Parts: sequence; C-alpha cells; structure tokens
Amino acid sequence: MPLHLICCAKQVPDPETPAASFRIDPAAKKVVPAPGIAPVISPFDEQAVEVALRIKDKRPDTKVTIVSLGGASARDVVKHGLAMGADEGILLEDPTFENVDAFQTAYVLSLAVKKVGQFDAIFCGRQAADFDQGQVAIGLAELLGIPALINGQSADFITDNRVTFERVLPDGIGVFEANTPVLTSYSQEVGQPRYPTLRNIMTAARKEISVWKAADLGVNGAAFAPKTRLVDLYVPTYEGACEIIEADSPAEAGEKLALKLREAKII
Amino acid sequence: MAGEKGILIGGELPSSGGRPGMTLELLSIGRKLADELNEELSVLLLGNGVNDAEGQELIAHGADKVYIINDPLLATYHPDTFATATEKALREIKPNIFLMGRSEIGQDVAPMVGFRLRTGVAMDCLDLQIDAASKKLMMIRPVYGGNARAHFVCTDVAPQMATVRPKTQDPAPRQEGRIGTVQHLSAALDASVKRSEWVAYNKWESAGGVTLPNAEIVISGGRGIGSAEAYKDTIEVCAGVVGGAAGASKACCDAGYAPPGLQVGLTGQRVSPKLYVAVAISGASQHIAGMGTSKNIVAINKDPDANIFKVSRYGIVADYKQVMPAFIKKCRELVGKSE
Repeated sequence: MPLHLICCAKQVPDPETPAASFRIDPAAKKVVPAPGIAPVISPFDEQAVEVALRIKDKRPDTKVTIVSLGGASARDVVKHGLAMGADEGILLEDPTFENVDAFQTAYVLSLAVKKVGQFDAIFCGRQAADFDQGQVAIGLAELLGIPALINGQSADFITDNRVTFERVLPDGIGVFEANTPVLTSYSQEVGQPRYPTLRNIMTAARKEISVWKAADLGVNGAAFAPKTRLVDLYVPTYEGACEIIEADSPAEAGEKLALKLREAKII
Repeated sequence: MAGEKGILIGGELPSSGGRPGMTLELLSIGRKLADELNEELSVLLLGNGVNDAEGQELIAHGADKVYIINDPLLATYHPDTFATATEKALREIKPNIFLMGRSEIGQDVAPMVGFRLRTGVAMDCLDLQIDAASKKLMMIRPVYGGNARAHFVCTDVAPQMATVRPKTQDPAPRQEGRIGTVQHLSAALDASVKRSEWVAYNKWESAGGVTLPNAEIVISGGRGIGSAEAYKDTIEVCAGVVGGAAGASKACCDAGYAPPGLQVGLTGQRVSPKLYVAVAISGASQHIAGMGTSKNIVAINKDPDANIFKVSRYGIVADYKQVMPAFIKKCRELVGKSE
C-alpha cells in the first residue's frame, strides 16, 4: 500500500523580522505586520514537510497532503508545501477560525484529518514561531487517540506499519519506535528544507486547493470552546542598564571583567 | 467549574528520569500562589519505590501534602504511563491549579493531560501570578521568539494548567518543623497504555560532563567568532576554565563553527544559568528567547549598538580576540584551575 502522510503547517509573521521592525497593537492584542515583510510558513512546520518529502523521495508512490488552518493568506503556505513537492493541499478557512487557541486549533485539525480519512503518519512543527506553545501537535494526537513522538530530527518507516524516530534531547538523541498511525513533530535539527524547483512551482500553481469551512468539518459549537484567553500582549522592556567596562586596552578590560565577576561571586 | 481547590505540582524525581531541582523550583512559585489564594500546596510524585521520607523532604521545602504513586510502569519515564497516571491523579485530587516544569517530561505530559481533561495549558511560563479581581491564574510567557510577552488566563475550565521554564524560579528553601501529610494513590496502570518504545539513546559528548541545561555558567559564541578553530580555542577553552558549558548562537551553528546541539535560543536549548557570557553575539531576539532569563549576562562585542548589551549587566565593546585571552588567563588564576 502506498503511504499517506499529512503535514500540518501554519502561517506566521516572518521570524527573521528585525527586532526593530517588530510592533504590537496592544488594544487589538495583535502583531502589526512589518511593512514589506511577507508572512511565511512556520519554520518548524516547513522542516516537518521536508521530513515527509524525504520519505517520499525513497518511496515515490507516497502521497503527501498539506493542511493549513488560517485566513485566506494561508493559501500561500499550502502552495509552498505543494511547490516543495506535496501532492494535495487543503486550506481550513472560516471566520470562526480566527484567533483560535491551541485547543481549538488542534480540534479543527483533528476534524480535518478525520475528513481526509486513511493516513499513516502526521507531520507537525515542534511549535509555531508565533505563540511558541508546542501544544497543537500533541493535542492533535490526543484528540485522534494516536501516539505523538515530538521534537524530532528524522523519521523513517521500518515497515509499512512501524516508524523509527529520532528525538532531540538536551544531551543527545533518543531513538523511538511506534506503530502507525502516529503523529511526529520536528525542529531545526532536521536541517535545511528543500527549495521549491521552478517545475514544482508551476505544477503547484495548477493544483486545486480544497477549502474546508467550519460547516464542512462539522465543527461543534460546545466542543469548539476555547480553553485559554489572551489578556495582554506587549513588548517587554529590559530594566537595568549595562555597565560597560572601560580600560586602556581590550586585554585590560578582559582582566577587569574577570575580577568583577569574582568580586560579585559569580565565578 | 466548581469545587476545585488547591495547587498541585507535578514533581520530578531524577530516579525516574526527571530534571534535578525542578520540583523545588515549582515549590517556590507554588508556595507563593498558594499563600495568595490561601489554598493548600501539594505535590504529586510518580515512580517505583518512592518512600515517605522523600515526601517529607518536600513538605520541609514548602508542600502541605505529598501524593505518591508507585507502580512498576513508572520506574522510568514514558510519556504514556506518566500522562495516564497524572490524569488519574488529577481526576481524584481535583486541584484548582496544576503546575509542571517545562522539562522533557512537562513538554509531553502537560499538553497530553490538558487535552484529556479538556482544560487550558500555558507552556514555558516565566512567571505566574494571581489576578487580584478574578482570582484566576495569570500565566506570563514569551511569544514571537521572545519579541513579545503574553498574559493568558484559562476560560471556565479546571484545573488551570501551566508549565514553568526551568531555572526561572529560585529553589524553595528547607524549613525545619514544617508539618504535612503523605498519601499514597494507586494508578493501576496497564502496560497496554504504552504506545511507543524508547530503543536507543545516543548521548552527545560534552566538555567535562557539564551539559548546557544544567550548567551554572555558559560561554557562548556567535557568528563573529569566525571559525570552528577559534570557537574551540576561545569558547570551549573558556568554558573549561570556569567549569561551565559551551553554547552558540544559531548563526554560529549554521556557519558550522559549533555543533548544532550547542545552539542556545528559541529553536535550540533554553538556558538560565548564573552567568551567561555572550561572545561576538549580536543578540537577535531568537537568541535572547533562549538565554534572556540568565541571572547575569555579559556581552563582548565590537559593535556598541549590538542588541545584546540591552539585556546585559556587564559589557565590553571590543574585538573578542583581544579580550578573551586576557579574560581566560585571569579566570584561570582566580578560579585556580588549569585546563
């Protein structure tokens, strides 16, 4: 049986936006998009797509589906996944999907995965580069009742029904195995994701992207209720000025620094 | 929700794979919240063969009550067994607030349990407060790669759940004469809850056995270091001299000067040591997200406008190549260690 892999990807403000251009609208509790900097696929999600495509490289009959929940602009994320080499794209777009929390995101994604039907593995980023929660992947697995292997650098199928997975731990790599269906999440250790080739961009442009609304998914009002609420969003200020160590030479400044740290019992 | 009372901490025991020190850090912030709400502070310990003395030790550090679940399936950490046991305990204890560390365990178990109980979780909190008006738990955490800070509350769900970033709280001190109770619960776990197997563990080499997450001193290099040789000769040597761990910025790892496992930042490891020395690191918010909570930050950078100086306590504006040899030499004298 050919494998079916589902990738979940989110659109975020470009995390490489210079700190100086980063603005918040405190009343709306939202980030003001930096002028001239387009939103991007969340980097860890892009790495998850890369891992799925590496499996497809080895087994070309594998089908890769990319799903994104977001506004109309999230279509670009789906297109990006298709241009990287995914086969099918689905956009989950509905006015009620705006400003959703981690629980609601995972809930809608779980309905989308159920609507897709048969799959072998789900690929997510470790956390989205906007709210940095690291909950949606695990939550999606919980709602689907499947195991989650998180914070990975690679995955592969040992058999059609079993995957091996390398998890990045603080002091090394843990190797895990689980039976499918399984959810996996990834971080930067995956390495550079592939660039879309011109041919793939052209093919992707012709592909139809399915758009599923809340009604298409059977979103249930009570089950869809948020579990957390954002009450404040602001740019933190760092108090305490930095003491610049002055000296006649850089070397002397280095010595002075060591002495200061010793005096303060820091070293 | 109604009737939920008390603050419960998901304790971590090094014997079953937990992060050393995490429980005492959680006890210190938990005690603060419990006193403010005038509610009980309890700890849940999972393991196999955990004894009452270990519970009494936590009572001495501020807990009012300690729940212990011993089960052969909890002898070593596994997300599925720990999540199932934690879920069962929460259904029985019914706390108002449940806190875990954002450790390897908390990263898995907190969202698993939160979703099973259909409640709200805020991950990687730097601080927790009680909102004066609503008495709700205010969960304060970095977002947008550290560029912004967000305050979250739970909607009308229980327990209110948060994970706390390691080393952001001082460990709770030991106090003689504190009295509390230890209670044993049963999880009656079945091996069938385990859905994955840990088959191998390939540890990285680390200088002198000091690893980044536990180091009291971290010496980090940025892209400005210039080469892998310079990284070794400056950053690793300096870390060795002061008994710390070597770290690096994303740009430094991307350039191949430092191994990827040493990356500190939003997309790497998060550290909160007593001393963080940033050498030739400009201080992108992605980097600050991983080290901004360090107790003392020192920056050495030739650019006086580098962002890193904004978060630093001490700074030297100069080429690191002219500063570091003298700094290392002086440290070696002071610390009295040779390489």
